Amino acid sequence: MQDATAAALEVRDLDIAYRVRGRDRQVIRGLSFRIGRGETFGLVGESGCGKSTVALAVTRYLPNNGRVRAGGIRIAGEDALAMDAAALRRLRTRSISMVYQDPGRALNPSIRVGQQVAEVFEIAGVPASERMDRAEAMLERVRIVDAGRVMSRYPHQLSGGMLQRVVIAMALAVDPTLLILDEPTTALDATVEAEVLDLIETLRAEMGSSVLFIGHNLAVISRMCARVGVLYAGTLVEEGPTRDVFAGPRHPYTVGLLRCLPQAGLSKHKTRLDTIPGFLPTSLAGIRGCVFAERCGLAQDICRAEEPPLIPVSEGRLSRCHFHEQAPDLPRSTPPAPLANRQKTQAFRPVVRAAGIGKTFGSPTAPIYALRDISIEIWPGETLGLVGESGSGKTTLAKLLLGLTAPDPDGVIELNGQKLAPVATKRQPAELEALQIVFQNPDAALNRSQTIRRIISRPMRKLGGYRGGKLATKLTELMSHIRLAERYLPMRPRQLSGGLKQRVAIARAFAGDPRIVVCDEPTSALDVSVQAAILNLLADLQAEQGVSYLFVSHDLRVVRYISDRIAVLYLGRLMEIGPAEAVFLGPHHPYTESLMAASASEEAGGSLRLKGEIPSAMRPPSGCVFHTRCPRKIGAICEEQEPALIQREGDHAIRCHLERDQLGRADARP
Amino acid sequence: MSASVTPGTETPMPAASEQPAAAVPALDTPSSIRRDRVKLLLRSPPFVVGVLILLFWVVMAIFGPLIVPYNADDTDLLNTLTPPAFDHLFGTDQFGRDIFSRVIVGSRDILIVAPLATLLGTVVGTILGLITGYARGITDDIISRIVDAFLALPLLIIAMLVITALGISNTTVIVVIGLSFGLIVGRTVRAAVLSERDLDYIAAANLRGEKPLYIMFVEILPNVMPPILVETTVRLGYAIFTVASLSFLGLGIQPPSPDWGLSISQNYGLIGGGFWWTVLFYALAIGSLVVGVNLTAEGVQSVLDA
Amino acid sequence: MRLYRAILYRLMLAVITLWLLSVIVFAGCQILPGDVGRAILGPFADARSVAALNHQLGVDRPLLVQYWSWITGMLHGNMGQSYTYRAPVAPFIGHALLNSLKLAGIAFVLVVPLGILGGVVAALRVNTWVDRTIVIAGLSATVVPEFVSGIVFIMVFSIWLRIFPLTATPPSHAGFFTTIYYLLMPSIPLFMILFGYIARMARAGMIEALTSDYTRTAVLKGLTYRQVIWRHVLRNALLPTITVIATQTGYLIGGLVVVETLFNYHGIGSLIFAAAKAKDFPMLAAGILVIGVVYVGANLIADLLYSALNPRISFGGRE
Repeated sequence: MQDATAAALEVRDLDIAYRVRGRDRQVIRGLSFRIGRGETFGLVGESGCGKSTVALAVTRYLPNNGRVRAGGIRIAGEDALAMDAAALRRLRTRSISMVYQDPGRALNPSIRVGQQVAEVFEIAGVPASERMDRAEAMLERVRIVDAGRVMSRYPHQLSGGMLQRVVIAMALAVDPTLLILDEPTTALDATVEAEVLDLIETLRAEMGSSVLFIGHNLAVISRMCARVGVLYAGTLVEEGPTRDVFAGPRHPYTVGLLRCLPQAGLSKHKTRLDTIPGFLPTSLAGIRGCVFAERCGLAQDICRAEEPPLIPVSEGRLSRCHFHEQAPDLPRSTPPAPLANRQKTQAFRPVVRAAGIGKTFGSPTAPIYALRDISIEIWPGETLGLVGESGSGKTTLAKLLLGLTAPDPDGVIELNGQKLAPVATKRQPAELEALQIVFQNPDAALNRSQTIRRIISRPMRKLGGYRGGKLATKLTELMSHIRLAERYLPMRPRQLSGGLKQRVAIARAFAGDPRIVVCDEPTSALDVSVQAAILNLLADLQAEQGVSYLFVSHDLRVVRYISDRIAVLYLGRLMEIGPAEAVFLGPHHPYTESLMAASASEEAGGSLRLKGEIPSAMRPPSGCVFHTRCPRKIGAICEEQEPALIQREGDHAIRCHLERDQLGRADARP
Repeated sequence: MSASVTPGTETPMPAASEQPAAAVPALDTPSSIRRDRVKLLLRSPPFVVGVLILLFWVVMAIFGPLIVPYNADDTDLLNTLTPPAFDHLFGTDQFGRDIFSRVIVGSRDILIVAPLATLLGTVVGTILGLITGYARGITDDIISRIVDAFLALPLLIIAMLVITALGISNTTVIVVIGLSFGLIVGRTVRAAVLSERDLDYIAAANLRGEKPLYIMFVEILPNVMPPILVETTVRLGYAIFTVASLSFLGLGIQPPSPDWGLSISQNYGLIGGGFWWTVLFYALAIGSLVVGVNLTAEGVQSVLDA
Repeated sequence: MRLYRAILYRLMLAVITLWLLSVIVFAGCQILPGDVGRAILGPFADARSVAALNHQLGVDRPLLVQYWSWITGMLHGNMGQSYTYRAPVAPFIGHALLNSLKLAGIAFVLVVPLGILGGVVAALRVNTWVDRTIVIAGLSATVVPEFVSGIVFIMVFSIWLRIFPLTATPPSHAGFFTTIYYLLMPSIPLFMILFGYIARMARAGMIEALTSDYTRTAVLKGLTYRQVIWRHVLRNALLPTITVIATQTGYLIGGLVVVETLFNYHGIGSLIFAAAKAKDFPMLAAGILVIGVVYVGANLIADLLYSALNPRISFGGRE
C-alpha cells in the first residue's frame, strides 16, 4: 500500500517509444527524476521534447501506439507500471490528479459543471446527499463567485478562466498526493493566467500536494516551482533548484534558451537576440553522443561520441554536459549588434493614418461593438505595438487596415495621404503591395497544396510585376534576405518546421515592396528559440528596407523589445498610445498597469490584479469602459462620463480621468 | 487508425493517438507521402479485394463478347430453362440463351451509364460546392434551400418522375442521376470549402488582388480534392445501385440488353417454378460489383483520412 | 422563449422547403411531360381528342392557375382525380401510406437499436476482427440493392425453406402478429440498407468521444470503464446519429418502391410506381409530395430532438 514517506513521484530510466508506421520512434530516453512530498517540480522544454508524454505515462494514459520500453514509475512508493485495472483506478482516485492545457475540452460538453465536480466525490465514496454540497464548497474554494449558479451551467457557457478553475476544483477535490499540471495557463489570457497561478499557488500551499508542473514558459515555471528539470529531445539535460538553474544555467541548451528571451530593457535598437541554431534531431535512434551536440557551440569530438551522464555540478544540481563549467560562456550564435539602419529618411507624413474607424458586428437591433472610433498613425520605419487582452479588438483593427473586413462607413483609412477603399478587393495593386500581413498560424496562412516557390513567386508576379529572369533573380535575393535556403523552394509547407514556415510567410509579405506589414501574433505559435530568430529577422528587414510594422501581440516582453510606439486597446477602445518606453515606465493607464502587473506576476506574484473578465462587447459599460475592473477607479465620474484620450507629454496620450501624478508608474511598484 | 493494441494495456480504452511528431519533424517529401499512401492502400485487404472485383468486371465489359462461349443474344428453343451444367455453366433462360454469357456481357451497359452519371455529378457538384461555399450569403442560402427541397425526395423517386415525364433512355438516366448527385456532391464540397475559406491563405490571396475564380479553382480546389475523390468513389457505388434498381423497375436500361437488373425483372416470375438459376447469377453479379466498388471506396477513404 | 423562437425558425425553414418541393413536383408532373394529353393517349391519337382530354383535365389552363388550384387543393386535402381510376386520389394515398408505414416501421424498430449497438461494439473493439467484421458486413449490406437481397431471401426462405410467405400482403383481418410475420422478410432488405449507415455513424461518434479530452478526464478521475462509457461517452457519441437516422428515412422510402414491387405489397412506393407507369400524374404528384412531407417532418423532429439533447447548440443558428 501507500508509503507516506516515499517520494510522491519517482521516475527511473524511463524509455518511451511510439510506434509509427511500423517503426518504433523513441520520444523519452533514460529519464529519471524524483519529486519529494510537498515539493513542486517543473519540467520545462520546447514543443517536441516529450514533456506531455511524461504526463501521459505517469497517469498511465499513453495512446495505444505508445509503450514504456524500459524504466519505472513509482507513485507514493507504488509501482505504477505494474498495476492492474483496479489498482490503477484506486491510484487515479486517490493519489494523482491532473489539470490540462485546454479546459474547454477537458470537461464533458453535455453534463452540467456541478455534476462533473460532484462525480469526483462520488468516486471517493461520499454519500449521495452530500456530493452536491461538497462540489459547491469546492467551487467556492477555487474562488468562483456565485458557485451555486455556475453548478448548473454547461461548460460552453463559461469562460476559459472559469473552466480552468472548475478543472482545478475537480483535481484538488480529493486532496491528491501528486498534482500534475500540464500547461495549465497556456490557453488563457495573461490577466486570467495571473489569477489562476495565484489560485494554484495558494491551494497547493494549503493542501500540501506535490506538483509536477509541465510547461514551456520559463517565467511561469520559475515562479511556480522550487526545482526544475530541463528536457531536450526526450532527455533530461539539467536539473536543480529553479532559481539557481535560471540564474546560472550549466547546460548549453538552458543557456541558449534563456538568451532567446527578450528580457526587459532589451530593445531591437540595442541588441539582437541570441538564438539556438539548427533543429531538433529527427530521430533519437542514431545518436550515440550528446543529443544537443549538433546545435551546441561548445561541442567537441567527445560530445558526438559519448553521451555525458548527469554530472553533479553543485549541491542538488545536475547537468548532462561534458563541459558544464564552460556552459555559461557559450558563444553567441548571432552577432549582438543590430543592423545599421540603412533607410534613414525624414518622414513628413505617416504611411498609414486611420481616423475614426470602427467596426460593429451583429444586427442593428443587437450591435456588437468590436472597435469604436479609433485613430492611429503609423510612421515610416517604425513599429507600432498593439496590446490588449483577447476580445480587445487587436486583430479586428489589423483586419480593418488591411481591408479584410470592411470598417463602419464613417471612418477613413489613408495610405501615404491617399484615401483607401474599405475592402482589399477594391484596392489598387500598388496599395495592396504596400500593405501586407504575417499571420499568427503559418499552417493556415500557407496553402498546403502549393510549393514554397509558388507561394512566394505568385505575389512577386502579382504585386511586384516581376516576370521570367527578373523574377528568378528577385526570388534568390529575397530568399537570402529571409535567410531561407533555396533547397526549400520545391518543398511544401508540411515538410518545414514551424519557424521555417513563418519565414516563408514573411517572404510572401515581402514579395513586393511593402511599406507596412501587419504582424498578427507572428511568434505566439512558436518556441522561444524560434521566436528569437523571427524577431531578429523582422528587425533586420526593418533596418534594411525601412518598412513599418503594426505588431499585434499579447506578450508584453516581445512587444517591448520590437516596438517603437505602443497602443493599448480595451474592449474596442484605444486607452493609451505613446512611445514604448514611456508606456512601459509610466505614468500609464490603469489598464496598461494591470496588464504589466499580470505579465510580471508570471515571475512573482503581484498585488495588482484585474478582477473578473472582460465584459461583453454587446453591452459595454457606460462611461469609461474599463471602470468595472479598474483598480484605480475614482467614483461616479468613471461610470458616467468617458474620459477623452488626452496628450499628456510629447505624443503620449492616455484615456483616463486621473491626473498625471495619480497614474501608476513601473518604478513605483515593489 | 492503425494503432496496434498493446497487451497489458495502458488504458482500458483507445486513447488519442498523440503525434510524437514534433520530435520527428515531418521531413517526408511529397512523393514519399504519395508512395506511403499507395503502400497503405495495397496493404489494405478490403481495397485490394474491391479493386480486383472492379477490374474483373471492367475487363469483362470490354472484352467479354470475345471470350464468352455463346453469343448472349442467341436463342436456342430446344434448350430452354436447362439447369446449370457443363455446357451451360449457369444454365439457360426461357429462350434458351446462355446465362453465363449474358452475365459476363451484361456488365457493359451499367458500367457505361453509372460512371458517366458519376462523372457528371462530380463535375457539377464541384462547381456548385465551390460557388456556394465561397460566395456564402444570399446565393448560398437560395441554392441551399433548393438543394434541400430536392434532397427531400429519394433519388429513385426523382429519377422515376423525370424518366416518366421525359421518356426512357440511357441519356435521361445519366442526366437525372448525374444532376441529383451534383447536388449531393455539392454539399460535401461546400462543407469542405467553408472550412477552407476562413483560413488565412485565402486572406493572403485577397491581399494580393486575386480574383474569386482564381481563389476558388486554383487556391481552394486542390485542398478539397481528397473529399471530392472519396465522394466520387462512394457515388459510383450509388450510381450502380440506382441504375440497377431502375433497370429492375423497367425504367433504366432497355431490352435487348443482357443487363443484370433488367434480366432479373424479366426472369423474376420464373423462380416460383424452381428456375432459380435464371435470377441468382445476375443477382450475384450485381452484388459483387457494388460490394467491389464500395470496398474500393472504403479503402480510398481510410487512406485519405489517415 | 428562445426555444419557442427556435422551433418557429425551424418550422419556417421546413415550410419553405415544402413549398419549393411542391414547385419541383408540379414542374415534374405538369411541365416536363409537355403535352399531358399526348403523353397519355400516345403518339397515334388525333389532335382533337388530345386537345379535348387536355381541356377535360384542365391542363390547357395557364401554368400558374394550374399550380394555384393544385396546391390549394392539396392544402384542403383534395389531392385531385386519378386519371387511371377516375376517382379521388386521397383515399388511395392514405391507404398506401398506412401500409408503407407498417413495413417501414418494422424495419426501423429493428435497425435503430441494432445499428447503434453494432457501431458501439465496433468502436469499443476498434481495429480488432470484431470491428472489421461489423464494418465490412455493414458496408456490404448497405450497398446491395434491395431487389437483389430481396430475391435471394425469397429464393432461400420462401421457395427453398418455405418459412416465409412469398407476398408481404397478409390475409384480410389478419392479427397483429400475423401481419408482422408477413412483413418481416420484406423489411430485411430495408434493414440491410440502413444498418451500415447507422452503425458507421455510431462507430465514428464513439471513436471521437473515446479519444476526446473529456473522456481522459473521466478516466483519470478514477471512474470505472462502465461508468466512463455510460455517463461520458455514449451521450456525446450518439447525438449525431439522430440526424443520420432522420436523413435515412428518405432512402427508406426510396427503397420501398423496389421492395413493395418485389413483394407485391400495396404501399406508397408501389402506388407511385404504378402511377408513373400509367402516367397518372395527379396520383404521382400527390404520392411524391406526401413522401416529401414525411421526410421533411422526420428531419424537423430529428433537428429539434438533436437541439434539445445537445446543450451546445444555440437554437436558431445555422449548421
